Amino acid sequence: MEMVQAKELVYEYEKRDDEGNVIGMNRAVDGVDIDVKPGQFVAILGHNGSGKSTLAKHINAILVPTGGTMWVNGVDTKNPDELMHVRQSAGMVFQNPDNQIIGTVVEEDVGFGPENLGVPTDEIWTRVEESLKAVGMLEYRTHSPNKLSGGQKQRVAIAGVIAMEPKCIVLDEPTAMLDPNGRKEVISTVQELRKKKQVTVILITHYMEEVIDADQVYVMDGGHIVMHGTPREIFSQVKELKKYRLDVPQVTMLAEELRNRGLDIPRGILRREELVRYVTELKEKEEKSHVN
Amino acid sequence: MIRDITIGQYYPAKSSIHRLDPRVKIVCTLLFLISLFVQNSILGYAIATVFLAVVIKVSKVPLKFIVRGLKAIVILLMFTVVMNLFLTKGGEEIFGFWIFHISEQGLRTSVFMAVRLIYLIMGSSLMTFTTTPNSLTDGIESLLHPLNRFHVPVHEVAMMMSIALRFIPILLEETDKIMKAQIARGADLESGNIIQKTKAMVPILVPLFVSAFRRANDLAMAMEARCYCGGEGRTKMKPLIYKNRDYMAYTVTVVYLVLIIGIGRFVPFKLWIF
Ligand SMILES: Nc1ncnc2c1ncn2[C@@H]1O[C@H](COP(=O)(O)OP(=O)(O)OP(=O)(O)O)[C@@H](O)[C@H]1O
Ligand SMILES: [Mg+2]
Repeated sequence: MEMVQAKELVYEYEKRDDEGNVIGMNRAVDGVDIDVKPGQFVAILGHNGSGKSTLAKHINAILVPTGGTMWVNGVDTKNPDELMHVRQSAGMVFQNPDNQIIGTVVEEDVGFGPENLGVPTDEIWTRVEESLKAVGMLEYRTHSPNKLSGGQKQRVAIAGVIAMEPKCIVLDEPTAMLDPNGRKEVISTVQELRKKKQVTVILITHYMEEVIDADQVYVMDGGHIVMHGTPREIFSQVKELKKYRLDVPQVTMLAEELRNRGLDIPRGILRREELVRYVTELKEKEEKSHVN
Repeated sequence: MIRDITIGQYYPAKSSIHRLDPRVKIVCTLLFLISLFVQNSILGYAIATVFLAVVIKVSKVPLKFIVRGLKAIVILLMFTVVMNLFLTKGGEEIFGFWIFHISEQGLRTSVFMAVRLIYLIMGSSLMTFTTTPNSLTDGIESLLHPLNRFHVPVHEVAMMMSIALRFIPILLEETDKIMKAQIARGADLESGNIIQKTKAMVPILVPLFVSAFRRANDLAMAMEARCYCGGEGRTKMKPLIYKNRDYMAYTVTVVYLVLIIGIGRFVPFKLWIF
């Protein structure tokens, strides 16, 4: 069974004028099909306003499709009786760390989700402890969230989601408001969790470096899915990506430039080590031909 | 200025007062406030002072912090003192000049009023200093729970309060930022009369409100995403259960209240020294 599956998903926002009258519809998501298998790491890319957040909100049943269907863990999100079930199986982490922490103390915030689910008190405590340990924030359990760094706040938010024991976590630009250190912190936390708990991860991001480990990448533009494939397949198509106003990782760009200058390097290089290997190989070949 | 408001802030420490059940702290604070208003003798205030001093000592909250909370009421305090001083008549006149007359009674009332107000603020800020906002709202929620029968949304109100408390420091910081941004753009917040100053606040309040609404929207979504749907079917991570120390605190406070009322009624202790 698919973890998350969307079929011809359509969502329209009402367009309103200054007085609040509906003057039309704005299709933010238009005929989207996605397929996420359990345990996968899926990335969604796209420039501002391409409909990524709107799509993400469907996975958590915050939005219900105008057309088409979204299944989460086999459940149709349109079914109001299954709302809590859907929200429990797919947790969501948002962009702004300040606006998603509800508790005034770290541990109370992590306990908020389990409390809502009606988990017995003793189990809430074990879940809180485990989740905080999983994101490496256990020592901050009695701290006020206001005094944490952005990266730490996001890790608390992630712990708050894990405490609900979801099968899938959707992260909507969780690193957009963080400095490079905070970004690394959050992404490596997510990777750890994936390994330890086998949760499915759907990551929306603007940072291409965060995408290279993904199992599949979706690229959105104007509410459509315009590209879909492995990171290597996607990043091989630099020109196409440029068309959708997206960058590629710096290494990929460098490799592409070298290739354009006639060096014999394949497309879609994602990691620095790969580029180094190809360049050294080329150099060795050249030295050999000199000797001959 | 904004930083001076310490009421509603939590001072983390490990004291027996901190560990008390929030319901105990709320009820006992109320009893203490009542105790200030049911008596009017020097001995009574002396007992109240001792009681407050002991509780502050036990709470490990520095006196400095508690006193800082008084800054917010300085004007109110001065107003009360002056009004009582000149307007209360009775007893011998101690001081008279032109239309200003201070009577013995006036002096007494004004000093007592001042002490009452000061203790009132100190007592209630001690409660918030020793209780996390969340457990405070838990306490209020639990104490007001019976009102649920009259369709008062007790849980929802308590949740709103706890969220408001969490966002106070964030919004204060934001106010600071907006003020600096507007000053950098040449806004003049300091000079001018009161009307000009009020007008100068508009470019600060508008962005503040816009951002507060955006935050509220985001937060509501984040809460929904975490399966929040009101108080029903919710369990508690930190349920409130009375322990021995809580019963002891109740006993001590009740004894104090009885003592202070008893003294006001039965001990003819009249010794006015100023
Ligand atoms: N609450 C809303 N009401 C009306 N229109 C909206 C609303 N939220 C988003 N839109 C519109 O829907 C479209 C897609 O927005 P969405 O937030 O999904 O984009 P996004 O890909 O997440 O962008 P970003 O990278 O900036 O987060 C945009 O045209 C936007 O203006
Ligand atoms: Mg978005």
